[in-house]
Amino acid sequence: MRGELIALASILIFFVAFLWTSQSGLHEWEGADSKAEGVIEELTGGSYTPWLKPLWEPPSGEIESLFFSLQAAIGGLVIGYFLGYYRRNAGDGN
Amino acid sequence: MHIMEGFLPHPWWEIWFAASLPFVAYGVSRIGRMARERRETMPLLAVAGAFIFVLSSLKLPSVTGSCSHPTGTGIGAILFGPWITSVLSTIVLLYQALFLAHGGLSTLGANVFSMGIAGPVVGYLVYRATQRFNLYLAVFLAAALADLATYIVTSLQLALAFPAADGGVLLSLKAFAAVFAITQVPLAVIEGVVSALMFKYILQARSEVLLRLNVVSKMDLVRLQGG
Repeated sequence: MRGELIALASILIFFVAFLWTSQSGLHEWEGADSKAEGVIEELTGGSYTPWLKPLWEPPSGEIESLFFSLQAAIGGLVIGYFLGYYRRNAGDGN
Repeated sequence: MHIMEGFLPHPWWEIWFAASLPFVAYGVSRIGRMARERRETMPLLAVAGAFIFVLSSLKLPSVTGSCSHPTGTGIGAILFGPWITSVLSTIVLLYQALFLAHGGLSTLGANVFSMGIAGPVVGYLVYRATQRFNLYLAVFLAAALADLATYIVTSLQLALAFPAADGGVLLSLKAFAAVFAITQVPLAVIEGVVSALMFKYILQARSEVLLRLNVVSKMDLVRLQGG
């Protein structure tokens, strides 16, 4: 139980810190990846253009979230399935 | 931490490909050998890969006002070492490059190096160095530092490719680290905690597989049951 409590407490602290920062000041909550693009633009004076474009881009933010949640769902399924399999094989399930 | 498609100029994208390729190739051969000789570890391999899948899909808001995601490579590094973890990370990065336009194919080498190699190497070494003190603390530290190391290496990769006109690589490194590394600190802590919890479940379900993989020793198990 102790492990779960520690995890819960740290996620709560994290959540409160998030609420706190979103209350104070304006933040865009954009991805750090795109922020780095801004830094590149600043460092090169805007002279760098990427030499390759992605083969395919999700046509909208919604479809992008679809693939992100799909990624999480696949991962979650596999973890649940195999940990469950292991637990059953372990005997009394504990 | 993805470096976006086309954002690494020649010769850097080639350099990082060359640096990552042997690592991943050796990892693939290690997985092949493990599949033949230790079939009982395969479900665990799937769990480690899936853990990276889940964690790297979570774009979490951080205290700096931007979002970033954990890497999830710590568990893989602890259970299977950095070689095999580099293969798992490559699969995840390919998925994100192809379906999400996050990261890219030209920058795959660099992204594999930071997330699949540098992070896991750090995580593995930290775990080995600290496991004799407290197993869960060791997992926490390994996962958190693997996560942080990934983002520091990404900053370095970008700084090398885009040195500031005056101030050079070091100044650029500061600028990129301010974006990546600082945002990542709270996320790394969360990743460490969640990884330790995950490790606990694996240990409860199948401690004998961990024994055989040489992840924990008999002594560790006795100590855990004692206290």
